Amino acid sequence: MISDQELRLDGNAAAGLLQELFVHEITAARGACASCGAVGEMGAQHLYMFPLSPGAVLRCAACESVLLVVVRAEGRFRMGLRGLVWLEMQDTSAAS
Amino acid sequence: MLSVPGWPGHRAGQHVDVRLTADDGYQAERSYSIASAPGADERLALTVERLDDGEVSPYLTGELRAGDQLELRGPIGGYFVWDVPLGGPLLLVAGGSGICPLMAMLRLRQSAGSTVPTRLLYSSRSLEDIIYRTELDAVVATQNGLEVIHTLTRAHPEGWSGYQRRIDTEMLRAVAWPPGERPLIFVCGPTPLVESVADALVNLGHEPARIKTERFGPTGG
Repeated sequence: MISDQELRLDGNAAAGLLQELFVHEITAARGACASCGAVGEMGAQHLYMFPLSPGAVLRCAACESVLLVVVRAEGRFRMGLRGLVWLEMQDTSAAS
Repeated sequence: MLSVPGWPGHRAGQHVDVRLTADDGYQAERSYSIASAPGADERLALTVERLDDGEVSPYLTGELRAGDQLELRGPIGGYFVWDVPLGGPLLLVAGGSGICPLMAMLRLRQSAGSTVPTRLLYSSRSLEDIIYRTELDAVVATQNGLEVIHTLTRAHPEGWSGYQRRIDTEMLRAVAWPPGERPLIFVCGPTPLVESVADALVNLGHEPARIKTERFGPTGG
């Protein structure tokens, strides 16, 4: 029996899926957890996304609350974002 | 080795998603780290570990022939990435085929002429299971600031003087720089290894924000 912990991935592994939905590279974006307030890069959060599963669940690495859910079915994506207070990404049009 | 016409270039540590479609339309998709260094080359090196009960790896390692076409998405990811300006000291920790994205970082370091102090702690089952052993030995021999520390967890040759156990806190204490030197740390491998290494590093006092992880899951596929 494989435990949930063994199945855990990093948010980084959802980069391909998120690339279908966002213009920006989201795993390098920072966000704040609505449950515990922890701030971190999405790539550093815990991801549960298995072969053959219909979507992905990103959980806070600090408190394991759900940050973001993506479900892909019947020709659509549905995204749930209630676990994130904000999401901040690089403005690539701004001079660095 | 894949030839990808129009490849936009990648950063060290990024991956690609490979999608296979069966005759009946069934699709399977897996992520593979890019092992080759970033550069102008339109050829990508992926290292695929065969898992006999996997859906994708037996095809890629057994049936795929030169000239066959694959559906790729990438380059992907902006988190588990090292660029030369990020500097170091750089601590890389690999379990098995977790070496792949770290190899891209080492190859970039080499091709860019970087001498940033770098240590690779690499856990393999046996001497024969060490991927890129010859290449790693060759880079170490140039004495450009790279140290490679192997540990063999299942079998070791007679006279082996290196570590012969799973990576643990004591090993990390000996191999990693003191937390005060703020090494930048990348850990890649099977999920249980990554979790125990990351926990041990935090317990040793390393800043969580300086530790980047890439878990492969229990097997990969």
